[in-house]
Amino acid sequence: MAEDQYKPHPSRDDAAEFRYHRRAFLVMMALFLVAPMVVYPVFVMKALCFALFACAFNLLLGFGGLLSFGHAMFLGMAGYVSAHAAKVWGFPPEFAILAGTAAATVLGVFAGLLAIRRQGIYFAMITLALAQMVFFFSLQAPFTGGEDGIQAVPRGTFLGFLDLTNTYVLYYVVLAIFTAGFLLIYRIIHSPFGQVLKAIRENEPRATSLGYRTDHYKLAAFVLSAGLAGLAGATKAIVFQLASLTDVHWSMSGEVVLMTLLGGMGTIFGPVVGAFAIIAMENYLAELGSWFTITQGAIFVVCVLAFRRGILGELEAWLRRRRAG
Amino acid sequence: MNFKRKLLSAALLALTAGAANAQISGNVVKIGVLNDQSGTYADLAGPGSTLAAKMAVEDFKAQNKGFTTPIEVIAADHQNKPDVGSQIARKWFDSDGVDVIVDLPTSSVALAVNQIAKEKGKAAIISTGASSDLTGKACTPNTVHWTYDTWQLANGTGSAIVKTGGDSWFFLTADYAFGHALERDTEAVVLKSGGKVLGKVRHPFPSADFSSFLLQAQASKAKIIGLANAGADTTNAIKQAAEFGIVKGGQNLAGLLVFLTDVHALGLEKAQGLIFTESFYWDLNDQTRAWSKRYGAQHGGKMPSMGQAGVYAGVLHYLKAVAAAKTDDGTKVVAKMKELPTDDPLFGKGSIRADGRKIHNSYLFEVKKPSESKGPWDYYKLRATVPADQAFRPMAEGGCPLVAAK
Repeated sequence: MAEDQYKPHPSRDDAAEFRYHRRAFLVMMALFLVAPMVVYPVFVMKALCFALFACAFNLLLGFGGLLSFGHAMFLGMAGYVSAHAAKVWGFPPEFAILAGTAAATVLGVFAGLLAIRRQGIYFAMITLALAQMVFFFSLQAPFTGGEDGIQAVPRGTFLGFLDLTNTYVLYYVVLAIFTAGFLLIYRIIHSPFGQVLKAIRENEPRATSLGYRTDHYKLAAFVLSAGLAGLAGATKAIVFQLASLTDVHWSMSGEVVLMTLLGGMGTIFGPVVGAFAIIAMENYLAELGSWFTITQGAIFVVCVLAFRRGILGELEAWLRRRRAG
Repeated sequence: MNFKRKLLSAALLALTAGAANAQISGNVVKIGVLNDQSGTYADLAGPGSTLAAKMAVEDFKAQNKGFTTPIEVIAADHQNKPDVGSQIARKWFDSDGVDVIVDLPTSSVALAVNQIAKEKGKAAIISTGASSDLTGKACTPNTVHWTYDTWQLANGTGSAIVKTGGDSWFFLTADYAFGHALERDTEAVVLKSGGKVLGKVRHPFPSADFSSFLLQAQASKAKIIGLANAGADTTNAIKQAAEFGIVKGGQNLAGLLVFLTDVHALGLEKAQGLIFTESFYWDLNDQTRAWSKRYGAQHGGKMPSMGQAGVYAGVLHYLKAVAAAKTDDGTKVVAKMKELPTDDPLFGKGSIRADGRKIHNSYLFEVKKPSESKGPWDYYKLRATVPADQAFRPMAEGGCPLVAAK
């Protein structure tokens, strides 16, 4: 079994899965390329940022089996650092985004070192507690602007020649960042490292007995997930030209769990679908006023009761059944 | 032949209509009410603000029969999240043809939309948003801040209470930037007016248990306990203070950010003796009573908060400015709004300063005892009136770049 990981000889199933992923990826990219002509681009950009956030979260939950309940700290902290770097230090946007991502990665190392020592509910509680500390810090620290957040962040010019004040230029830059993050996650999942991660998810003692230092793998997955969540948050701050408490609040950590579950935990494209579904709800149901929260709640109940594998999980299962039958 | 003539006359008609309204984008004045429709601030803003905006449109149409351009009111819920609010605002301005966004509770959202309105050359009339930065360092030529701001509340409450005998204070402050700012501003006014501050305590934000803080406040023997916090923190503190019998023991609570709807939710038994500043109360005079009655009839008998009253007055003045300037270009209309004197049944005669600050009286109210109240919604007695010229922060102290440039 262990040999397979070093000499992957793709079986027919793997090849079919790869073809399916490639086709789905092309369809997704085609949709995203034309999306700003049809849908309001700022909305799609927001959904793309959350899709990347959910994919990063899914890397940890869906493939590492670790349910973090504090991922908002990476999204929000990266947003603050990126907004502060762009506004106060005058960084160009690409460096502001990198600074935000780096901050989230460093935060991920410290949070990860503490959190991965425990599993299950205790892991979730430790991450939640750390996220609450980050929330408190964001509320109190002078540079975050407390309740008002950091406002009027300049968008600047990306790489010195792409003027981000143009919404369409900004859109394609965000799409490029999302695609890079998405492909990186895909690569991680399908690497030997990703295989070990799945093995740990399925049976940790067994992975240990095979000689893997599971803590190292878990920490690496945690830090990668934190960094990618940070990339999403840093980009979001540039898109909206603001960073606020909403993104570090615990309810944001809950929202990303919902996005991942709704789309399909442990699937490649599920979190993207989930993020778009939730952001679309938030956007298009906003005009329902007080009915918004009720509608959202009802949709979740239906999802959990009727299709537990998530939208994409159910779809994939149905396709597989059809192929088999 | 017949068809051709019809076509020609239709084209002519379209042409003349187009000429008459050449300056109105999309041939409709579109007003977007952006606020919290379902959360913490849904009562004091929410659907009530939408109704107030619609009433302003009705009244404007009734008074200006010559203004034939259709006026539309739409509303959305920003869920108190700045990214949601900013996205809706951008979409409204960019693709839905909205000309002005009104209300905007939650400072972070108000500040974000304030920037977007400037960037897009549209207008924003902020009513429920509180931050005095909106007419200070964040001021823009596209924003009018109508109803109240934090400086006004701190100043009005601080000075008027000291003048009416409450000269020793104890602060209960929410431990974050907003609470600190409120405490700092109020303390400065109290000291300037000749009062003294006996002590202060900071509570975590948000907090559900105020017992230890209230006991300290009680032990300080200060006449006034200033609540430098907002929303659920304020109402929780008031409820628990009632349980400790603080008001019955002779001390008064001073709220720095309290709305009529909060008092209604608390009930007179708990809220009695609470002192605070507002810009509007439904029972001020005949005009406010008449309007509020009309409003209540369409809103399940509820009386308007000052934020909702501000939405009505702001929209009414905005429409007058649109008619006078013959355009709905945001920058031009806001300039016209500042030029025209304001006059409406709710805030009376007033004006808008160059920094976007609307100027009117502010009032210090005390919540009645249950025995004093004559009926539903009869909650306040007037303790003092702060005249318009003293109610707001002097323009020179705000640091608004628009004013400094002059």
